[in-house]
Amino acid sequence: MHKNHQISATVLLRNHQVILNGKVIFEVAKDLELSVFLKACYQDLEIDYAKFYKMDLLSKLGFIASEYLAKDQKLNSETALILQNSAGSLETDLNYQASISDENAFASPSVFVYTLPNIVLGELSIRHQLQTENAFFISEKFDASFLIVYLQNLFSTNKANAAICGWLDLDKEGYHVFLSLITQDEKGKALTAENLKENYE
Amino acid sequence: MQQKPAVHIIDDEIIAPLGWGTSANLAQIKQRQTAIKKHKVSAENFYYAALFEEEKLQQNFDQLSFSTAEDFTKLEKLFLLTVHHLLERNPSINLEETVLIISTTKGNVELLEKAENSIPEKSKLYSLGKTIQKYFNFKNEPITLSNACISGGLGLSVGKRLLEEKAYKNALVLGGDVVSKFTRSGFQLLQAMDSEICKPYDKKRKGINLGEATAGVLLSTEKQNSIIQIVGEATANDANHISGPSRTGEGLVKAISSALNEAHLEASAIDCISAHGTATLYNDAMEAQAFGRLNLQQKPLTSYKAYYGHTFGASALIESILSIKSLQQNLLFPSLGCDEIGVEPALNIQQNLENKELKFALKTASGFGGCNFAMIFKNLKYA
Repeated sequence: MHKNHQISATVLLRNHQVILNGKVIFEVAKDLELSVFLKACYQDLEIDYAKFYKMDLLSKLGFIASEYLAKDQKLNSETALILQNSAGSLETDLNYQASISDENAFASPSVFVYTLPNIVLGELSIRHQLQTENAFFISEKFDASFLIVYLQNLFSTNKANAAICGWLDLDKEGYHVFLSLITQDEKGKALTAENLKENYE
Repeated sequence: MQQKPAVHIIDDEIIAPLGWGTSANLAQIKQRQTAIKKHKVSAENFYYAALFEEEKLQQNFDQLSFSTAEDFTKLEKLFLLTVHHLLERNPSINLEETVLIISTTKGNVELLEKAENSIPEKSKLYSLGKTIQKYFNFKNEPITLSNACISGGLGLSVGKRLLEEKAYKNALVLGGDVVSKFTRSGFQLLQAMDSEICKPYDKKRKGINLGEATAGVLLSTEKQNSIIQIVGEATANDANHISGPSRTGEGLVKAISSALNEAHLEASAIDCISAHGTATLYNDAMEAQAFGRLNLQQKPLTSYKAYYGHTFGASALIESILSIKSLQQNLLFPSLGCDEIGVEPALNIQQNLENKELKFALKTASGFGGCNFAMIFKNLKYA
């Protein structure tokens, strides 16, 4: 569909594994807490970024996934960030709600700030210095066809020339993260809804 | 580059404590009337906000023949009413060629107060789209977005982008949020609320007031009788801070520049601005910096926050509608609450209702997560 844009890398976080371009490159025991998995990933990435420790879990998931995606390259400065999920910021919403419902709990403004799903887009923008198009969509299931049309418009109007897009979901049941890096690289998979969906199911 | 179809504004609706329907809202704005009042939480705890009278909302809702078997939330009722009014006035619209886009920051978050072990399905933001889809038989899967305070404006961008790609002929863009303990307590914790009616761009501004509202805009690639077209729009992140704006307005400058670029316009072509103007110290200062950098500081500028409070998912959509009304009626609407300018460079705050020929209107918004939005509307009367 897009002559010039390809899916140049994909990352999947699931069952405490990091799967980069189809290969498991890091994993920890499945019975560990999500926060332990994320911290282990952070150490595996050998990065020094103190802001990571202040993030909520949704932002940490997005941060870790995009660090793996961008590991061996600097992102193009016109990389749009277009994410979807089903639960919004529900995990942090519940934490914040619990803190205002319980008179003995301490409600924190820094937790409240994370009760918006697009905060992770801000975190990624800061990390990669991207002053670019951002949007966070909420749908029951991953909607690859919509993403394709949306990206087609961003690229054809020169509002972006690359993108990180995909699914970043977290709720009580667990997490499911699948991000793609879309660039104008020669190598990669064709940017189609089928290819975007391939690793989602 | 392939020519993209033009996107026209067909109809609009605002349901807010300020007024029921867009015209009722305009009547209030022309009279400089605010809907913001003092509301008590407890003996010592009060706040200023623009809130619906529950009785009036219920009366209006009862006039519709929705199934009473379902227990609708306040936000659902407001959205259903908004869509009802728009579809009633536009009976020829083919829903098979129409995409529904819903912008909200917190949806039915108040349902979490009663959530014990299970998460109520309606606390998921996409459930709003399902409810509306079901009651009006929209054929296409609704699109929901949640992008902080730019959500309502971004909804218009998303609609325009999908129509440009010929994915649909029409887009019905909705934006809405209601005030809950969740948001009220959060903004109290952030110490971001004024203890009186808010004062956008004023020296003594101290923060926002909360507000609740829904709004809707019908977009189409078929011009019909429309005289307003979206000619440029963009978003851009500050890449600076998650809960405070860039001091130099980086993202806002970039969003406006990109929208101007798409419209093939110089900044000097803009006739009026409907700005974000939340009345927080940092937001208003940031906007002044950004407008100054683009040499837009002399343009007549209005903030509507002292009429509506900050209605989050609805705000940028309501304020876009007011830009559209300015163009349609050749009227600049008064900004409330700025007695002494308190931003640098000084902005040209529109103080009175004024007749003026207006060709291009700029709408901007900024929000948490560092997001910024800009959109330019063109009045085809002067094309």
